[in-house]
Amino acid sequence: MSLREAIKKKKFIVTSETAPPKGTDTSKMLANARPLVGKVDAINVTDLQSAVMRLGSLTGCYLLKQIGIDPIFQITCRDKNRLSLSSELLSASTLGIKNVLVLTGDHPLSGDHPEAKPVFDLDAVQLLGAAKGLMLGKDMSGNKLDGAPDFYLGGVVNPCADPLEPELIKMKKKIDSGAQFFQTQAVFDVKSFNFFMKKVSKYNVPIIAGIILLKSAKMAVYMNDNVAGIYVPDTLIKQIDSASDKQEEAIQIACSLIDRLRDVCNGVHIMPIGWESLVPGIIDRAGLTGR
Amino acid sequence: MIITKKKTLKAILNSLGKSQKVFLIGCAQCATVCKTGGEEQLYDMEALLQGKGKTITGKAVLDPACHLVKVKQFFYQNKGILKGTDAILALTCGDGVQSIKDGDYKKDVLPALDTLFLGEVQRGGHFSQKCILCGDCIIDQTDGICPITICTKGLLNGPCGGSKNKKCEVDRDRDCGWILIYERLKESKKLKNMKKIARPQDHSKNLKPQKVIL
Repeated sequence: MSLREAIKKKKFIVTSETAPPKGTDTSKMLANARPLVGKVDAINVTDLQSAVMRLGSLTGCYLLKQIGIDPIFQITCRDKNRLSLSSELLSASTLGIKNVLVLTGDHPLSGDHPEAKPVFDLDAVQLLGAAKGLMLGKDMSGNKLDGAPDFYLGGVVNPCADPLEPELIKMKKKIDSGAQFFQTQAVFDVKSFNFFMKKVSKYNVPIIAGIILLKSAKMAVYMNDNVAGIYVPDTLIKQIDSASDKQEEAIQIACSLIDRLRDVCNGVHIMPIGWESLVPGIIDRAGLTGR
Repeated sequence: MIITKKKTLKAILNSLGKSQKVFLIGCAQCATVCKTGGEEQLYDMEALLQGKGKTITGKAVLDPACHLVKVKQFFYQNKGILKGTDAILALTCGDGVQSIKDGDYKKDVLPALDTLFLGEVQRGGHFSQKCILCGDCIIDQTDGICPITICTKGLLNGPCGGSKNKKCEVDRDRDCGWILIYERLKESKKLKNMKKIARPQDHSKNLKPQKVIL
């Protein structure tokens, strides 16, 4: 069942995420993905995540598809202009990749090629509009396509952004431009997430909440200080800090968050950040297997 | 105002190479305000280069260095001023360097400054970029703040989601441009402008090199 069908059938969605390798050896990426076949609805393949040069998202998606996983093709505005982005979307479609998650992209200064030219010819709203246009058989200049793609378009939103209003304004523009589902920034503060969900319920768009595995107190403090819209409460920081088995505690924290989010949103997106091998176990323990 | 910054002495000496006799040219306008190419900076440069064994054959501050007719006039009225000069070092913006070269193309004209941006003078010595000269002005929609300039990513439809404590994800000392725009639009009760989908920029309006003939 594809991600689109699963969402349509009101299934509680579970997605995860993989970053293609820095190089050509895809064995680790595929080894991490194989245990998730049949356990997740889709896997996101990041597009030069954190502006670090890697194997491309499209190739990663193609490889995941070959092992029976429905990939979510992440595409950012950082590295390509409108010609290249549109062409990349056509390429994705011809390879049978339907799910596209459109993001702005981190600035090159955040990554390992800080001297690179930042492109941002389009922003995420405009790229969604361009993708929707392609689906209607037209490129951005209005030229007719010989064969139109069929995408399931997604956007990202930061439910705990402060201030929230500009984030909501942009989210609405993404919906109007073609976004059919949303994946969110990692949620630790369920109260703020619930507030966000109440605000966006009128849009009637599926929301898949982000879950990051909390590896250490240091990671939590770093995210609180540096990552937009992430607030890890003190109780969770103490919980992971005092745990002797960090992986076990990370699993427990993730399962507890999933449990609290389960009735609030349409699914969860588990971002393992290096602990990919834990994801199948989390899905089992959160009671999400065979859902 | 064109904002400039002095190159390192090492870079200047490197571009001067074997040229021993150097004529210094500054600019009475932007580079004087930036304290990079005024009279005082020419004297400083003279001392620096003399300290490295160079001979300064003369100094002049053009008003301005980017005005080709005035540059040509200067060389015409001061015939022979460059006699014995190996190279001209221009303490001007990049346009000034090229106008000087066009005014006396026989000599090497080398830049002593890096040209940074079109800037607002906020107060003495404080310059801030507000406009990137995109050729397609949209600040009627953003209540006078240019998102293309103020947002590090130049986004047109709102924040990227990376700001923390209203600061940019790229530089935590810099305000998030879109939060500034949002707050201003909210204050002026024009938030509806932000709700409209902004079309992609038309880069064909900013093809270089540009030329305007009145």
